[in-house]
Amino acid sequence: MRTQDAHPVRTAWLVVASLLAFMLLIAGCGSSSSNSSSGGEELTKLGKGEGEVNLISWAGYVEPEWTKPFEQKTGCKVNDKVAGTSDEMVSLMRTGQYDGVSASGNASARLVDGGDVAPVNVSLVPNYKTIFSDLKNQPYNTFDGTHYGIPHGRGANLLMWNTEDVKPAPTSWGVILNPKEAAKYKGKISAYDDPIYIADAAVYLKAHQPDLGIENPYELNEEQFEAAVNLLKEQRPYVGEYWSEAAKQIQAFAGGDSQVGTTWQYQYFELEGAGKPVAASPASQGFLPSEGATGWSDTWMISSEAKHPNCMYMWMNWIVSPQANAEVAEFFGEAPAQSLACEHTAEKDFCAKYHAENPAFWKRVYYWETPLADCGNGEEDCKDYNDWVQAWTSIKG
Amino acid sequence: MAGPVGWLVIGYLGSLAVLLIAGFWTVDPLSGEVVQGFSLENFETLVNEPVYRDIVGRTVLIAALVTVTDALLAFPIAFYMAKVASRRGKAILVVAILVPLWSSYLVKVLSWRTMLSSEGVIDWVLKPFGLHGPGYGNTAVWLVMSYLWLPYMILPIYAGLERIPNSLISASEDLGASPFTTFRRVILPLAFPAVIAGSIFTFALTLGDYITPRLVSNNQFIGNVIFNNISNNLPLASALALVPIVVMVAYLMVARKLGAFEHI
Repeated sequence: MRTQDAHPVRTAWLVVASLLAFMLLIAGCGSSSSNSSSGGEELTKLGKGEGEVNLISWAGYVEPEWTKPFEQKTGCKVNDKVAGTSDEMVSLMRTGQYDGVSASGNASARLVDGGDVAPVNVSLVPNYKTIFSDLKNQPYNTFDGTHYGIPHGRGANLLMWNTEDVKPAPTSWGVILNPKEAAKYKGKISAYDDPIYIADAAVYLKAHQPDLGIENPYELNEEQFEAAVNLLKEQRPYVGEYWSEAAKQIQAFAGGDSQVGTTWQYQYFELEGAGKPVAASPASQGFLPSEGATGWSDTWMISSEAKHPNCMYMWMNWIVSPQANAEVAEFFGEAPAQSLACEHTAEKDFCAKYHAENPAFWKRVYYWETPLADCGNGEEDCKDYNDWVQAWTSIKG
Repeated sequence: MAGPVGWLVIGYLGSLAVLLIAGFWTVDPLSGEVVQGFSLENFETLVNEPVYRDIVGRTVLIAALVTVTDALLAFPIAFYMAKVASRRGKAILVVAILVPLWSSYLVKVLSWRTMLSSEGVIDWVLKPFGLHGPGYGNTAVWLVMSYLWLPYMILPIYAGLERIPNSLISASEDLGASPFTTFRRVILPLAFPAVIAGSIFTFALTLGDYITPRLVSNNQFIGNVIFNNISNNLPLASALALVPIVVMVAYLMVARKLGAFEHI
């Protein structure tokens, strides 16, 4: 080696020099390229399917029961990637390798702002017409009057507990958020691992500390935000596990590592189906603890770099077709977006049970939104999502 | 030479350079878009916010513990393989060490997750003695990482010991050195670069991992925070990604001071 590398020092300098040159080149290119966020063009005419479609979805949204018939009918093979959090969905969409995503409200605004998704021509989605009208033209799916997606369904985040260990049955989020009560289940509490979980604390505080004046749990000023963050910091020592993968939480509840916590219908049904002693807020209370709950209203969005746009449009139309939308809603346990789906559910009173046709009910469910500095009072004094992310890091420690 | 060097500079060091530059960018608080410029804001955040100091400290500490644990476990195994085992025994051991590397990383971590759960096999074994398993937490991360990276420590040490001629050991014995002295004055100095080579693997792999902490603990490691910020605050994630690089460079400098690279 030593004889070959006659001038190791010179070689090293050469490497450093080329590296510096490269850095300057990058910096130069970087400053000239603007981060323009044109969201791509909307499709004007539906063509032939491209043979496959790559989706990002929540667990339980893309299942063989309704993807098989879709594949047979359209010839578009469905490749699905399940994501655990909205942040994950945003990062995956930014790779440009996916055609579409089932985005919740705390991802959709970011995707539109970042130019990652394209407007949707709803006239190419015939089933859009019969979607519940209170899901159309909402701030999380329509931006400046342009449609950016097709509503999929909605629901509330659940409070779930192990009926053998948690008695009496809790009726309030206080069981995991009030430090005095949470202490009883130290190390057995399960909390959602995402900055948006701060809103759950805000919903609790809205009901229990009215002097904070919280209106919308996603629009928090300095004082309100601090109160919510402090509540979660107090909760931290009692949390057994923060979950972001549904499978991880199912395993923790099944194995006894978690006894009470926030969950989705999907995990609850999986555990219940496996005969585990779990319960969630009853349907008679609208699945809601006394304070109400955070929830979601999801939208199928198409990537601005979609390689299979025709298949993606066919998918968006398929997933809100009466039959498929009924199946996915029942499988996941959420209210369907398609009004005609209510006639196709296996359980006859499913739509009534999930309040699908009852706009008043949804007033107590706070759909995930992207927190912005501008909360509509023109003062830009609310905490934005970046603050939420930083606070979440400090809550978990 | 030009081809490999070009690849190294552009493909590898180049992307590192981009990473380095991004650490000096900022995010516009209103639009959330990345603003390209020069600012030390992210580094100030990392230094001033106690939570980041805790996370870096925790990550480096676990990485160091994993490295020491693996070195202690690996040396006897490697020594047995290189100097004691028969040719056939050697082959069997090499295969036994390589086989876990062929199975999926995720499967291994998830198996540990099941084993460490409160109704898992570890608790079940310890229960008759009135003991509890470690549960999920830093101890679990340390255990799982030590298991995961052990082969990366055994193999370099084995290769290093294999290169030590047996005649040196015999000579030491003939000159009256006790086995312990032979080990301390002959084998260990010669095998030391190999231990350092193995430790670079275990240390660097632990510093960068974020899936194990997520599955067997509630604690955040450097990788978790990078992951959480990547879609939302890329500059902060980049700044944080520099921390393991700086730690690694410092580690290599110390290793060099200790003479780890003298025989390469």
